[in-house]
Amino acid sequence: MQGGPENTTTIDERHSSRVTVEINGASRELTLDNRTTLLDALREHLDLTGAKKGCDHGQCGSCTVLLDGRRVKSCLVFAVTVDGRSVVSVEGLAGPDELSPLQAAFIAHDAFQCGYCTPGQLCSARGMLDEVSRGWPSAVTGDLNSPADLTDAEIRERMAGNLCRCAAYPHIVAAVRETAGASGTAATR
Amino acid sequence: MRAFRYHRPADVAEAVAVLAAEPQAAYLGGGTNLVDLMKLGVQRPDVLVDVTRLPLDTVEELPDGGLRIGATVRNSDLAAHPVVRRDYPVLARALLAAASGQLRNMATTGGNLLQRTRCVYFQDTGKACNKREPGSGCAALHGQNRDLAVLDWSEQCVATHPSDLAVALAALDTVVEVHEPDGPRDIPIADLYRSPGTHPERETTLARGTLITAVRLPPLPAARRSTYLKVRDRASFAFAAGSVAAVLDLDGDVVRDVRLAYGAVAHRPWRAYRAEEELRGRPFSPDLAARAADAELAQARPLRHNGFKLPLTRAITVRALTELASS
Repeated sequence: MQGGPENTTTIDERHSSRVTVEINGASRELTLDNRTTLLDALREHLDLTGAKKGCDHGQCGSCTVLLDGRRVKSCLVFAVTVDGRSVVSVEGLAGPDELSPLQAAFIAHDAFQCGYCTPGQLCSARGMLDEVSRGWPSAVTGDLNSPADLTDAEIRERMAGNLCRCAAYPHIVAAVRETAGASGTAATR
Repeated sequence: MRAFRYHRPADVAEAVAVLAAEPQAAYLGGGTNLVDLMKLGVQRPDVLVDVTRLPLDTVEELPDGGLRIGATVRNSDLAAHPVVRRDYPVLARALLAAASGQLRNMATTGGNLLQRTRCVYFQDTGKACNKREPGSGCAALHGQNRDLAVLDWSEQCVATHPSDLAVALAALDTVVEVHEPDGPRDIPIADLYRSPGTHPERETTLARGTLITAVRLPPLPAARRSTYLKVRDRASFAFAAGSVAAVLDLDGDVVRDVRLAYGAVAHRPWRAYRAEEELRGRPFSPDLAARAADAELAQARPLRHNGFKLPLTRAITVRALTELASS
């Protein structure tokens, strides 16, 4: 490690930054006030209004996107911090004229009413199923050292970061369960 | 939100040097607490030093059998680490009981330890709070204090520490590795946090600008039999109404060693030394566990709305230890 109290580190004095980020597979360049959250960058600067602003405090999950493949709450991420990284929002889960299996399952199971939380539910479920396939345990997993069966209790616990004021939860659980079963994500593999 | 400059340091020394040179700078980790507090106007840094790209993101098995966890290891990665799951289940359980999947993907080890209280008066800039604004008073002391401290509080502050991770680390006698303006130092976690006293704005013993670089778990074979029990107002995604981290080492039915720490009861993760003393050397029984909890909680001073935390903490002590004894 170099430097010390007398070093000559210079800090960019501006309150804005140039940010390059891959969004849904395409590289985008923006100049943003440092206060801009990733959520606001998507919605206000890139016209990607799928991710929703619900609570704006990391509690409701409607802003969930995938950052380098992992689900995060975009309202608590400053866009300047994701420079050089990759973001997938609900618009990137499938091509413009197609549905991902998860999206199709949400429709088949009537897993939403007003739809406001749905983009966050979809991105969260996508990230969650990846976590399950990597063998990550959850708070309701009995044995931490063996892969969990993706029971309804597991789905509910793992999706606890996404609220649905219409309370479509039973149908969301059914849609996620079907998608997991179809892709072999559950512990059977 | 106040406008701020943004800096990504090349190494730890540079990060610490920027904090030393900029009195209103703050480190940014996962942002799950700081970004929220900036939106609320509770924290108003003018420089953010983003430490998440520093090379502090590895978990390393140590020759002595311990584990060294870098400060920017995310909570979800740590909870999923095979050695943590096998050798320190109390740690994996504490992490998994906290927040939500998205937030665990973001939150860092170091940031988790330094997160701020969720006392609603601290988070509301319209209310008196000695922690947020020293000398302004404590609106919580005679206010809605159901979620707040029962142990070791002061007239100036009744806030609790919100971390689950810190409770598990307290039980494990973790060493916190920090880089201070003067250089690196090791701090036992028991010496990291302060009681509120007359200066609740000082939450830790760290000098301003200190960066946590890692935490080090000592080897503790007994921790293979350990757990974390947390009770919340709802089934998931909530801060603790009460929690206990427990490690139990039995020789036959006699307690050879035990580690207990409580969450949601004090300004710091509460290591229950008195309870441990009651348990050690005696044949284990649920009654003994209850007496041990009572010994610890005899010093409690519940507030108007949080007396329930005493029987709750007693009950989860009995349940956690009884489960471990029969596992």
